[in-house]
Amino acid sequence: MNSAPQAGPAQIAARSDNFHRWRSRKDFLAKRIIGLGGLVVIAAVLLILFYLLYVVTPLFLSASMSQTAIGSNPDWAEKASVFLSIEEQQQVALRIDQGGTAEFFSVDDLGTIESIVLSEDGQAVATVANDQGDSGLVAVAFESGQVKLLQHHYKTDFSAGIEQRTIKPSLDFPYGKDTRELMPDGGISGLALSDSESELVLAAAGTGGRVRVEWSEKQENFLSGEITLETSVKSLNVDFEITAISISDDHRWLYLGDGDGRVHFIKTAGMQEIQVLQVSNAGISSMNMLLGGISLLAGDANGRITQLFPVRGEDNEYSLEIIRRFEGKQGPIERIIPEQRRKGFISVDTSGKLVIYHSTAARLVLQHQLAGGLPSALALAPRASGLLAINRDGSADFMVIDNEHPEVSFSSLWSKVWYENYSQPEYIWQSSASNNNFEPKFSLTPLAFGTLKAALYAMLFALPLALAGAAFTAYFMSPALRRLVKPTIEIMAALPTVILGFLAGLWFAPFLEENLAGVFTLMLVVPSGLLLFAWFWTRAEWAIKDYVKEGWEPVLLLPVLVLLAALSIELAGPLQYLFFDGDLRTWLNREAGISYDQRNAMVVGCAMGFAVIPTIFSIAEDAIYGVPKSLSDGSLALGATPWQTMVRVVLPTASPGMFSAVMIGLGRAVGETMIVLMATGNTPIMDWNLFEGMRTLAANIAVEMPESAMNSSHYRILFLAALVLFMFTFVVNTGAELIRQRLREKYSSL
Amino acid sequence: MKALTKWMADGTPWVWLNAAAVSASILLVTGLLLLIGVRGMGHFWPLAVQEIVYTEADGTEIVIAGQVREEEKVTAQRLRESGLEVAKGAEFVTRYLVKTGNRDIGGQDFRWILEPSIKSTGKPHSMVVFEREEWGVFIGRLIGVREAGQLLESPDTWGDFQRLLGHANELRDEIRDLEKSRIGRVNYRLERLRLEQRGLELGGKDDAASIAEIENDRALLQEEYEGLEQELGDLYTKLRRDAVVVTSAEGQELELPISSIVDAFQPNQMGLFGKIGHFFHNAWKFVADDPREANTEGGIFPAIFGTVLMVLLMSVFVTPLGVVAAVYLKEYARQGLFTRFIRIAVNNLAGVPSIVYGVFGLGFFVYTLGGSLDRLFFPEALPAPTFGTGGLFWASLTLALLTLPVVIVSTEEGLSRIPRSIREGSLALGATQWETLWRTVLPMASPGIMTGLILAVARAAGEVAPLMLVGVVKLAPALPLDGNAPFLHLDRKFMHLGFHIYDVGFQSPNVEAARPLVYATALLLVVVIVLLNLVAIQVRNRLSERYRGLES
Repeated sequence: MNSAPQAGPAQIAARSDNFHRWRSRKDFLAKRIIGLGGLVVIAAVLLILFYLLYVVTPLFLSASMSQTAIGSNPDWAEKASVFLSIEEQQQVALRIDQGGTAEFFSVDDLGTIESIVLSEDGQAVATVANDQGDSGLVAVAFESGQVKLLQHHYKTDFSAGIEQRTIKPSLDFPYGKDTRELMPDGGISGLALSDSESELVLAAAGTGGRVRVEWSEKQENFLSGEITLETSVKSLNVDFEITAISISDDHRWLYLGDGDGRVHFIKTAGMQEIQVLQVSNAGISSMNMLLGGISLLAGDANGRITQLFPVRGEDNEYSLEIIRRFEGKQGPIERIIPEQRRKGFISVDTSGKLVIYHSTAARLVLQHQLAGGLPSALALAPRASGLLAINRDGSADFMVIDNEHPEVSFSSLWSKVWYENYSQPEYIWQSSASNNNFEPKFSLTPLAFGTLKAALYAMLFALPLALAGAAFTAYFMSPALRRLVKPTIEIMAALPTVILGFLAGLWFAPFLEENLAGVFTLMLVVPSGLLLFAWFWTRAEWAIKDYVKEGWEPVLLLPVLVLLAALSIELAGPLQYLFFDGDLRTWLNREAGISYDQRNAMVVGCAMGFAVIPTIFSIAEDAIYGVPKSLSDGSLALGATPWQTMVRVVLPTASPGMFSAVMIGLGRAVGETMIVLMATGNTPIMDWNLFEGMRTLAANIAVEMPESAMNSSHYRILFLAALVLFMFTFVVNTGAELIRQRLREKYSSL
Repeated sequence: MKALTKWMADGTPWVWLNAAAVSASILLVTGLLLLIGVRGMGHFWPLAVQEIVYTEADGTEIVIAGQVREEEKVTAQRLRESGLEVAKGAEFVTRYLVKTGNRDIGGQDFRWILEPSIKSTGKPHSMVVFEREEWGVFIGRLIGVREAGQLLESPDTWGDFQRLLGHANELRDEIRDLEKSRIGRVNYRLERLRLEQRGLELGGKDDAASIAEIENDRALLQEEYEGLEQELGDLYTKLRRDAVVVTSAEGQELELPISSIVDAFQPNQMGLFGKIGHFFHNAWKFVADDPREANTEGGIFPAIFGTVLMVLLMSVFVTPLGVVAAVYLKEYARQGLFTRFIRIAVNNLAGVPSIVYGVFGLGFFVYTLGGSLDRLFFPEALPAPTFGTGGLFWASLTLALLTLPVVIVSTEEGLSRIPRSIREGSLALGATQWETLWRTVLPMASPGIMTGLILAVARAAGEVAPLMLVGVVKLAPALPLDGNAPFLHLDRKFMHLGFHIYDVGFQSPNVEAARPLVYATALLLVVVIVLLNLVAIQVRNRLSERYRGLES
């Protein structure tokens, strides 16, 4: 044994140089790697926050627009353009000039691709109207009152390879090449066109207050598939000069604007004017329908645009209502162009000032002064990402628009919005529908409401059980029992929420529906029964009392609780007969008008309450258990009963810890997904009714995220919902954590 | 009276109510576990088949055969409201939920019957429950067995049937082997060839020689495929050869091809041990078989496999990361405001809703990282995404991130329990900080790390919401681990027990029939998670005891 101490140093000395260098290098390396690793992990954690922010930010960035001159075509100055349209890829455009010639040209160099003469007899074009959306149907009215219908198509040709895409335009006449006589004496001042599956409608306004509507019903020949039109004409004479004319997409309503700022609301069946609405104190200068053909946009000489649509009243009669106004500080509105895929529109005034609005968001998105003043023709690309203008001097400009998320504004996310086809402003979440004309409804309010409702009912269920249980476990319970109870509660915390949700939805919800009265009886019977039992237990002189040691009362109460619960379920039937005519649910519905969903807030409250009980229990129990013994001993020594000590001394000391327990429980309830998803119907309604469901932010994300297209507004709004959840829980948890840390310091100082 | 006032005044009733809150919580947990346990195991128990003579509402008498699944009392009024006739004076009526099977005949698997309308019941020995590939179970009597179109004359019909069923099962195994592994391999290689060719085209290296080579390989594979197809066709013909003749309780006779029958048993002839044996037989099939009929029948093997694999992968990611972060925070970083802030942040990440992790995983891992990976390394498969869609890899990464706080917190706890004197002793003996950490501190902290890992695994196994966004599917065509190189397919979608519960319980067309299966799945999941947690609690308790010794 004596030789060992000598051998040690000698050995180390022998391996000295290289070995020690290697050791210290390894130490240094480990330090660096662990430092780096630690920081990377922490950065990854922060990455979540920043990534959510990164995805959400574009929602709130403002739109931008840049204008470039393409060139000019001297012919275009002579014959003014009356109509312009650009196709999806923004490579080819169609222009119709005053002389009645249609011309496809390349947007890059303004070179003509194809030119078609529309009027054989050289008539000048009076006005042009196009159909809503993507159909490409255009009506050209000549000064004689004749109208010609044409349709432009674009085919993408990949024959030269994927990279060399060429667009092949074509023009055809789906309803015949002949002109139709719409306004026999000429003098067309306004034209509106609307085409649908079953009918084609052309409405024209003429000088002197003449209105003529041509109605063509489509009949398809079963054998040849050929479409024949059955045409009838309705006419109307009004006693004012018509400044603008529009027709709704369902062809039920015709709108006329006049020079005194009024919109005349006319029912096309019978051509009868049912309402005159004073929209503005200046004359209506331009009108157009918003995408979907429900909302009318009326621009006036003061540069203001008003959105109107018919609203069905309680008497089932429609009346035209002013929905919202858009003020862009423009001069007299010259033209309003709706977007083809969204509920946005562009307005141009006589000086060439251009403003982009979005109707649902009630938002002015962008303002821009066109360099060449008011253009003779203007076309918005189908995706609303580009704008082509032909100026009066024959030059052309192209504007790139970067406007990805116009539909998002504070008001569209959080305030009541008056959506199309609704009779009043409401909070609605409805993100998608089957057709393209759909107005997305992105109100987060009902979802936030649902989240709070679910969390509130969960807390109502969980708080009494968790806090009272924690108080007993920490203060009154015998240590041996406590060692059993704590792991049980931990197991409770570990139960997957998908299982709780499944039981809530498939077992508890039907159970509650059957035994609603029983559950309410339980709330009365159990506490009173327990107190009765406790009273007799303390008074009576039973032999078994010796077996129940102090601090083991919960075990004694287990069979009592089971018995009481069974008793209440049994009692419920007779009680229902006595008080509620046999069935509580039908009684509630009849007497109080409370409707009952099988998967409702009560089911969610109980299931989610179950899920948060262990969280609250553990933290609160820790806080109470940590209260220094000296405090309670002092109180007891002064003659206070255990309960008085508990309420007056222990709980006040531990209250910050209990508060933080409640906060953390709340955070968990707010973010819980599976339970809500499975235990409610997930309808986004706003109603505090205990017996109706809700949709929460978290469940909404789970339901809609897989279907939402990457980087769409919907996708980013769902990220916003996730960010809201993240921030909420983070703030709540951090607050709770700080409170707990301070409490710990306080305990250690006591 | 005075005693009561005093009793109230010193607060004893409140103490009792507090005690009751504990009992109620305990009752809720145990009740829930019991409910899942009983219902889950009930799925495997061979219930007796009752033959019931029943009077319908319109007075006709019918015979129903089925297993009584539920019994409940309902108020007579409710029944009257729903249009059923109930004898006057009765307040409550008992009704039974009977699983009658025979969906192909009657259109439904279950029906409610009212006790007063039952004329007689019996448990005839001859009742057989056939589990089928389609249409759920068939409950009825076995009349005859048809081997190769010939009705067998032998008196032991059941024996003959068992023999043919055994034969059919062998054939089925052969078919499964052929379809899954051999044909699957050929298909996989054909797909690889297609991608290889596309890759060559994209790279501009599609010269005639290499294309010809690929064509040659393809022709060979095609030939092999046709051979296998032939073999498969033969097996199917053999499988379809035999049939059984059965009658339903109503007496309707029909022929079931043996190929449609998965299993059959006669519950009314089983004794207790027979039933127990069948119980384990069913439980094994449940764990080992593939699902049938849109997941509502059969086993859940792919879901178990997917869960386990995902959790394993997640552990591989989360353990080193969590341990390194905890070691950094506890051993290397200077303690101060910064570490305090980080600690609060990490702690609170545990409270961030899991769905938020799912959203992050989808946006960052799947779309951003996965999309870039696809463009860089898998351009030949585009526009079909490889890693640009949810899959095993992203799911385990997302869950690793989600469980990271659990591992960090638990490891830190383990590290902070190690007395300072031990570190100082090691350093005083001349060990470097790394050597102290590697040889002394980490081994002593390993129970803490284990606890963290176990808790993380338990959490990950039960988490569903984020997985729904990053790669779980209701039915995966192939397991993520198979015999085709590179064996572990990280890009594949997978099945998961928790999602299986959600999907079968809430999205399946036949919820009533699938419910027992969902209970059984839930039972399996709960057992796994409770066991994991109990182990974690044990490890932690042992740990705290060990250090109590060290400190004293």
